[in-house]
Order: sequence, then structure tokens, then C-alpha cells
Amino acid sequence: MAESKRADVIGLPLDRIDGRLKVTGRATYAFEYATQGSVAYGVIVSAAIGKGRILRIDTRDAQHAPRVLLVLTKDNAPPQTPWGPVDLPDRFARAEPALDTDEVLYFGFPVAFVVAETFEQATAAAAMVRIQYDPMPGDYDLHAAGPSAENPGRIDGNGPADSAVGDFESAFASAPVQIDAHYTTPHQHQAPMEPHATMAAWEGEMLTVHTSAQLTTSPQEGLARTFNTPKENVRIITRYVGGGFGSKLPYYVDATLAAIGARTLGRPVKVAMTRPQVFYTTTHRTASEQHVRLGADRDGRLTAYGQEALVHCARFDLFTEPVCDAARRLYAAPNRLTRHRRAKLDLPRSDSMRAPGEAIGLLGLECAMDELAEALDLDPVELRLRNDTSSDPEQDRPFASRHLAEALREGAARFGWNKRVAKPASVRDRRWLVGLGVASAIRGDILQSATARARLENDGKITIELAMTDIGTGSYTILTQIAADTMELPVDRVTVRLGDTRFPPTAGSGGSFGAATSGSAVLAACRKLKAGLASGMTESLGSVTPADLDEAYSHAGFGAHFAEVCVDRDTGEVRVRRMLGVFAAGRILNAKTARSQMIGGMTWGIGSALLEENHVDSRFGSFINQDLANYHVAVNADVGAMEVVFLDEADPHGGPLGSKGVGELGICGAGAAIMNAIHNATGARIRDFPATPDKLLATLETLDP
Amino acid sequence: MKPFRYERANGVAAACAAAAAPGARFIAGGTNLIDLMKLQIETPELLVDIGLLPLADIIESTAEGGLRIGAGVTNSGLAADMRVRRLYPLLSQAILAGASTQLRNKATTGGNLLQRTRCPYFYDTTKPCNKRAPGSGCAALHGINRMNAVMGVSDDCIAAHPSDMAVAMTALDARLETVAPDGAIRAIPIDALYRAPGNTPHIETVLAPGELIRSVLLPPPPQGRQVYRKVRDRASFAFALVSVAVVAEREGDRVRAARVAFGSLSYKPWRSAEAEASLEGASATRTSFDAAGIAALKNARGYGHNDFKIPLARRTLRATLADAVGV
Ligand SMILES: Cc1cc2nc3c(=O)[nH]c(=O)nc-3n(C[C@H](O)[C@H](O)[C@H](O)COP(=O)(O)OP(=O)(O)OC[C@H]3O[C@@H](n4cnc5c(N)ncnc54)[C@H](O)[C@@H]3O)c2cc1C
Ligand code: SF4
Repeated sequence: MAESKRADVIGLPLDRIDGRLKVTGRATYAFEYATQGSVAYGVIVSAAIGKGRILRIDTRDAQHAPRVLLVLTKDNAPPQTPWGPVDLPDRFARAEPALDTDEVLYFGFPVAFVVAETFEQATAAAAMVRIQYDPMPGDYDLHAAGPSAENPGRIDGNGPADSAVGDFESAFASAPVQIDAHYTTPHQHQAPMEPHATMAAWEGEMLTVHTSAQLTTSPQEGLARTFNTPKENVRIITRYVGGGFGSKLPYYVDATLAAIGARTLGRPVKVAMTRPQVFYTTTHRTASEQHVRLGADRDGRLTAYGQEALVHCARFDLFTEPVCDAARRLYAAPNRLTRHRRAKLDLPRSDSMRAPGEAIGLLGLECAMDELAEALDLDPVELRLRNDTSSDPEQDRPFASRHLAEALREGAARFGWNKRVAKPASVRDRRWLVGLGVASAIRGDILQSATARARLENDGKITIELAMTDIGTGSYTILTQIAADTMELPVDRVTVRLGDTRFPPTAGSGGSFGAATSGSAVLAACRKLKAGLASGMTESLGSVTPADLDEAYSHAGFGAHFAEVCVDRDTGEVRVRRMLGVFAAGRILNAKTARSQMIGGMTWGIGSALLEENHVDSRFGSFINQDLANYHVAVNADVGAMEVVFLDEADPHGGPLGSKGVGELGICGAGAAIMNAIHNATGARIRDFPATPDKLLATLETLDP
Repeated sequence: MKPFRYERANGVAAACAAAAAPGARFIAGGTNLIDLMKLQIETPELLVDIGLLPLADIIESTAEGGLRIGAGVTNSGLAADMRVRRLYPLLSQAILAGASTQLRNKATTGGNLLQRTRCPYFYDTTKPCNKRAPGSGCAALHGINRMNAVMGVSDDCIAAHPSDMAVAMTALDARLETVAPDGAIRAIPIDALYRAPGNTPHIETVLAPGELIRSVLLPPPPQGRQVYRKVRDRASFAFALVSVAVVAEREGDRVRAARVAFGSLSYKPWRSAEAEASLEGASATRTSFDAAGIAALKNARGYGHNDFKIPLARRTLRATLADAVGV
């Protein structure tokens, strides 16, 4: 590997640079920065009601508990900038004050903070804080709030809430074949392994924050805003992150309170959220109700194509999950309609979770396509092929590259799709009912802003620095490859340093733009340095901006998911035997890490189809699942044989690297392929995700011998 | 977590005496108790660690032809024991269907029997829960009660016992041997260990303060095939929606005798005399297996989200019996 020469390095399945550090426990995470002896531990106290006002907080016992250093409530918290502004273009840089109100905005809302010499002492004292509330009725139920939902105007990603082409209603009414179906998806949680955690320390006016975050520049700006200090005074360090999946795009009160505690006590303070707090104090993915209407002619060409979604956002926020974004670009149809409505609930904030929009929008849309295929008596792969398009159907511009049809065909051939028996419940294997399903994948591709520094060291090695993060995806590794490739050096001569706002700013990791964005900045910096070496240059900066993606084209990654499931004919347990994902995602920067991302995404597809779900008990306004024993993410035993195929895709109109995002494409459509396979196996149409055994029993009763 | 004292008991008598004090608790593997302490659902003042007592390495044959299992034997150790695998495969299967390898390595036989419910409201100290805070009400009754019980419970508490191991032991007619602080030793049939919630759901067993489970006695293995079947939302590392332990013996095209116990349906593993009676001498057909399920669940009552457990239990029993007797 070390001998690899130019043009060989990008794309190689290089092992993770940080792999060894991680498996040997030497990668230091935010909470592990030990300045043993001087550090104090903070614990957040969470509100026990869903909505209301704090009448009184009695902290006397807590204050007198052993080795307690500080008890903060709204009565003695220092002044901070109020939350927001709500419509700040970078919502992850909003002020995030803590304990600045006597209002309780949601169950689990932070209401007090206790710092002690040890974590255990702080935890014990935190339980002694007595709070009297004046509870108020709140709205917690998405369905009930539906009628009062508003038109949000814009959705996440800044697209319009509604879109219309042609005359959907009349086209649908007159379509010879119609599907009119309602789907629901539940509240979901990102559930990263590493909880949200921070260690903060002050030196004079300088605040250093070790935190577990996907972004660096935004929390730097946000904390500076919160404390009304220049952003140069705030340094964010986040070298390793144990998963984020969108939940670490925002920063939270663990950072704010650690900073306040550290300032007040004049010593470093660490704060980690408890697992229940990770569930209710951070963001989650909204539940959704989706109404999909498809009209087609007898040949299976869509004439009317509509998806409408109802989502929630916290009463004080503006986020709207772009559920119908995928539909806007996935298939051709002359008459189209999408619509987003948003209900404000007294729940914690909803925000991004892996592939916001597509991940759940495709569950409804791609299951409806399966229903349409069945109504037409047409093969589901063929139906999708018939509605393919080379130009963006609502944007009037071509796709920079789109290989959906190739992915579907390649996948069908590899998967043995021709063996699928169209009639449901036809294939049995001992106690199992077996079925196959397919779904398309699409995920919008964007480029953000980033700058990278490349430096030639005295020993001839290259150091790359940028305020990018590696949230477990492989950023360290691919950036090393890009630098080595561009500088024509072996990879072991390149050191990539990330996760520090002392380095040039980047947009961080999110929305699958991380690799392309930061990679392009590294590419630019290295190219510049290489060109300048002859004239004695030793350091260079390279940048990329969203404008580097050609606006004359629509940009997205595509793919096709195939799933084989078996359903226990007695109990309704569903097991995924195998999945195949075929993806066209531009240039692949590292075959191994890209594959891992896809497998991860497809595994999340299993979660969304079969497992993941939280309930809100509307009497209390709180999530019921607050731990990983009850909130089920897929475990190894749930994951059957996984195959990932990348099509060779050059994207001449793409960004500087020609790569597309891979972190989210793998989940898009994966759950729908599984649900469609369940239908093929049993004949059941479950439109209420996930497909837990209870929902299959009625159908199984009819299939009993 | 609240501050607590910790002691390592160096003898059974000392352990029982120490644990008899108000606010004292035995701790074995700690995989349940410590989780509950972290959330202040349990707030013992004293932990009496029984890890050093001679309860851990004992799996021995008894005079009557059964097995004596020390309460400190780990779930992993018990499941892997060759005698257990050969003579009581039901027990091995049930243990291996529970938790994860890491937890089973730590969890003990005694601790598993006494693990507490997984009712989500029991786990959230901001919610009413008669079991955790007597008299505060039962949030699950009209709440999200998908995992709760459908048999033998009361409106004061509809919690289900989550153990897999205990279901197998119930079908195997296990007895517990306990030592009281006064040194008295008694044998308790496992079915008599757990107390119905009634209006005191916080009192879960018949054990007195400081009474230690020393061992579990398995009578000689029953005739017939043993099959444990656990139905759960995910393929591993999930509590049962319903589980069924069956020991069934076939004679020609009839069932000679069968034992049936259900898990996750009640405050205890639910041994069904009704199902067993209905199966005795019945034809070995899915129809009679269904009839056994209907008999077993005659008095079952769903509370909304968990209504499905009733048909699911019937179907699972049918499938498990079919498996056991080879239909
Ligand atoms: C994430 C997770 C998933 C799990 N999944 C499953 C599952 O699917 N199926 C399943 O069956 N279990 C499951 N479990 C529960 C697990 O089996 C129990 O936690 C374990 O068996 C408890 O044993 P322990 O030795 O750790 O008990 P401890 O936590 O040490 O003790 C539990 C209780 O028993 C008492 N006690 C312990 N030993 C004795 C004794 N000898 N005499 C008297 N009292 C005693 C203690 O005082 C305490 O009250 C799961 C647990 C976790 C955390
Ligand atoms: S069912 Fe029992 S454990 Fe659950 S809330 Fe009711 S009283 Fe508490």
C-alpha cells in the first residue's frame, strides 16, 4: 500500500487510519479528555413534565450533598443570549442558552445543573433537586394535531413546502389505475453509541470545548453567540465521534452548561448526557403521516403522482422534514403534487436523522409503487424503469448523472429477481413464508463550503488540517488518500488532522456532503501546494463552495435495493435473509469505507422497516422508550447477507472530486424494499411502520393451513 | 444513583444476616440491580455481595436423579453445562434466548429469577407506578402497554415478568432452596415464588428479607421433547413478546402428556394446567394444539396495545407443540 503511486490511491479499500486507535481504546473521545484531579463533573436535571412552568426549585439538599460544587437553576444561571434566532440560516449556530427560563418546553427540558467532584456525587445530588411545577396541557399527538397543521412555506434544504406540475387532481381522478394509500412512520432516534458529551475549560477569555459533534464551525459560532463573546474566543475540539447520524449537528446544553460550570468554578467541567437524556433532550426524527396517490395508464406510466406529508416540529422551532423531496425527483409524471404540512407539538425538537426526508418519504412512496405494480399486474422493477427520467421532473434541468435504470437492471440480474413469484404468499420454506421486494434509492447531493490547509513538513511529510470531523465514517482515511494521491506520496507520508476550529473552517459532517466537500478542499490545497513546491511554497490553502457544483444540473445519487425476507407463518417474526444494494454514487473514494456506509444505511433500512419506533404517551408528553433495551435498532442477528455493488459512474458535471454522498443513500428506499418483500411473502400490506409481529397476525390467520 | 454501603459476605449466614436489615439487598451479577440503582428505581442503603459465597461453581447431580444448581452459577455457565444441554435442553435454549453473551456471562441463576419487570413506566421515575411507588397508580393500565401482562394481574399492576430462564424452570418443575437469616432452609416450588400483584404489586415474591436463594433443584428430566420458543421484535437481544416452554411426549398419533409454560404473559412464568389437561391424550394435530391454547388463554385479558399477545401466544404454542411432537 505504501508503495502505491498516483491515481491508484483514491478509491482503494484502504483500512481506516484510525481503526487501530479505536479498537485498542486509544482514540480519545470528548468525555475522555482527562485533566484528572482538577476536572469537575456536571449532571443535567431534566424536567419531569411535558409542558408548564417551574414554580419553585429547592436546591438546599443538593447544595449540601457531599462534595457538591455548584447547583445552577434559572434563579442563579448567568445571563445568556436567548435561544435562536429561530430562523438563523445556519440553525446549528443558534444560541443554546441553558436555565434561562421558568418555562418547560418539553419533557426532559433541562431545568437544573449540578456540579460535583465526581460524576456519582453530582448524580446523587441532582436527584435531590426538588422542583415544583405548574403543569399545562400540551399537544403531543401528531395525528390529533393534523387538522391544525400549518404550511411551513419552506422545508429543510430550503425547497418549497408545496410543488405542483400540471393538474394532479383531475389526472388522478381520471387515471385508469389508481393507488390511494396512507402510510405512517413513527418517531425515530439516531441513538448514537457515544452519548452527547462535553468537557469545557476556560483560560482567561478563551473557552476550549471538547465535544462530541458533527460540526465544528457552527457550535463555535453558536457558543460565541450564547455567551456573547467573539467567536475567536471559542475553540471546539472534536477529534473522534462515536456516531452522530444527525443528532450531533446541533450542539446542546451539555456544551453550554459545561462552559458555564467551568467559568463559575474556574476549573474544567465535564458533562455527559445520560441515555434517557439522549432520547429526550437531543433531537429525533419526526413521526410522519403520508398520503400517496398514484395514477397510471394501463402500461404503467404515471399520469398523476402525489405525495403529501404531515410532520411535527417542536413548538418553538421551524424544522420541517422534507419527506416528499425524493418524490419530486424520482419519477417522471406529467401531473404532480407534493405538499408538506407541519404540526407544532410540545415535544423535543425534531431535526435531521440520517437522510432526513428521503429515509421516510421513500418508505411511503416506494411501497405505493409496489402497490401500483400489483394493481397493474406489472413487475415492480419494470414499473420503475417505465417511469425513469433523465431530467429533473420539477426543475427543468438534466441530472448531472443518473443511473437508476442501470442499478435496477444490474440488481435484478444479480439478485435473481426473475425467480420472484408475483403472487403473494406463494413461496414457503418449512415454517417460513418467503418474499422478495425492490425499491429505488435517491438522495440529493450537495456541496458545502470548506477550506483545507496543506503543509510540507521538514521531513518531507505532508500535514493536512481542516476543521472537518470524522464521525465514524472514514473522513481521516479518505482525506489521507486524496492528499496522497494528489501529492503523489505514499499514504504513510500524509497526516490528516481534523476536528479543531484552529484549523480552516468546514461545514463538517452532515447530509452526506462531508467527503465531497472536505475532500474537494483538500484536493485544491494539495494541488496548489504541489504546483508551488518548485517555487519554494510550503503551505497552501484550498477551498470549495456550493457554487463548485454546476447549477445547470440536478445532482443526486441513485440506487436500487433488493431484499429477501422470510416471515414466520405462526408468529409473524420477519427476518431479512439477504439484501442487495446497487448504487451509482459517482466516484468512490475508498471502496471499503463506502461499502461500510452502504451496509450501515441498509441496516438502518432494516431498523425502519422492522424495529425502530418510539411512542409518545400523550398523557405525559414523553417518549416511552428511553433506553437501548426498548428502543430497538438492528443487531447483528437481524442482518442477513448484505451485498453492495457500486456502478462505475463518472460524474463530469459533479463537484471537483466527482464523488457523491454515500452516507445516506444506503438507507434511502431500503426499508421499502423490505416492506415490499413482506407483502410478497404474505400478502399483508402494512402501511404503519415498522412491521412488528403483531401487525402480521391478522394476515397469517387467513393463511393458516 | 444514591450513595450506598457495600459489603462482601464471607459466609451464607453472615450474608443473610446483613441482608435482613431494612434497605439491604443482595447483589449477584448486578446486571439488573445496578441499572435500577442508576435510575434510582432501587435505592438500597447496603449491598451485600454474594459473589464470594460458594454458590457459583455448583452444578451437581442429586440423589433423585436431577440437578442442583448453585444460585451463583452464571447464565452462560448453566446454558453451556453438558448435563443441562443433554437432559434439560429447554433450559439451555431459554437462557441462550435471553439478553446477550456479555450479560449472560455476568448474570446469575438467582439474579435472573429475581430480575424485575421491564414495564417502561416502572423505569421512568416521573411516572405513576404502584410497583415502584406504592399508591401512585399504574401508568401502564391505560398507557403504552405493549409489553405488559394479559394473565393473572390486577388493575393495580399489569407488569410482566421478563425472564426466559424462569419459564423453562417452571416447565421443569424446579424448586428453589433458600436460607433464611435464622438459618432455616426451605424449598419453594418455582411457581410459588412469585406473588400475584393484587393491590401490593411492590411485593413480588414470597421471600423474606435476607432470605437467600442458595440453589435451584431440578427434578429428573421429564419424558418427551423439550422446546423453548421465544417471539420477539428483533432477532436477538430483546425481551419476549411471548415465549413458550413445552415438554411433550408423543405416543402414536396422540400426545401422551405435555407441560406448557408461557413467558411474558403474566407476573410470573405462566404454567397452564388447562393446556396440559387439554393435551393429555389429545390427537397430535394443530387443531388440538389450538384447543390447548384456547384453554390456556381463556381468562386472558388484553389492555389495548398488548391485545395481540393473546392470539400470538396461542399461535406460538401451536407451533411449538407441533415442533415438539413432530407434526
Ligand atoms: C439489556 C438487557 C437485556 C436483557 N435481556 C434479557 C432477556 O431477553 N431475557 C432474560 O431472561 N433476561 C434478560 N435480561 C436480564 C438479565 O437476565 C438479568 O439482568 C440477570 O439475569 C440478573 O442476574 P444478576 O445476577 O445480574 O442479578 P442482580 O442484578 O445482581 O440481582 C437481581 C436481583 O436479584 C437479587 N438476588 C440476586 N441473587 C440472589 C440470591 N441468590 N438470593 C436472593 N436474591 C438474589 C438481588 O438482590 C436483586 O434484587 C436482560 C438484561 C439487560 C440489561
Ligand atoms: S404495570 Fe406495574 S410496573 Fe408498570 S406502571 Fe403499572 S404498576 Fe408500575
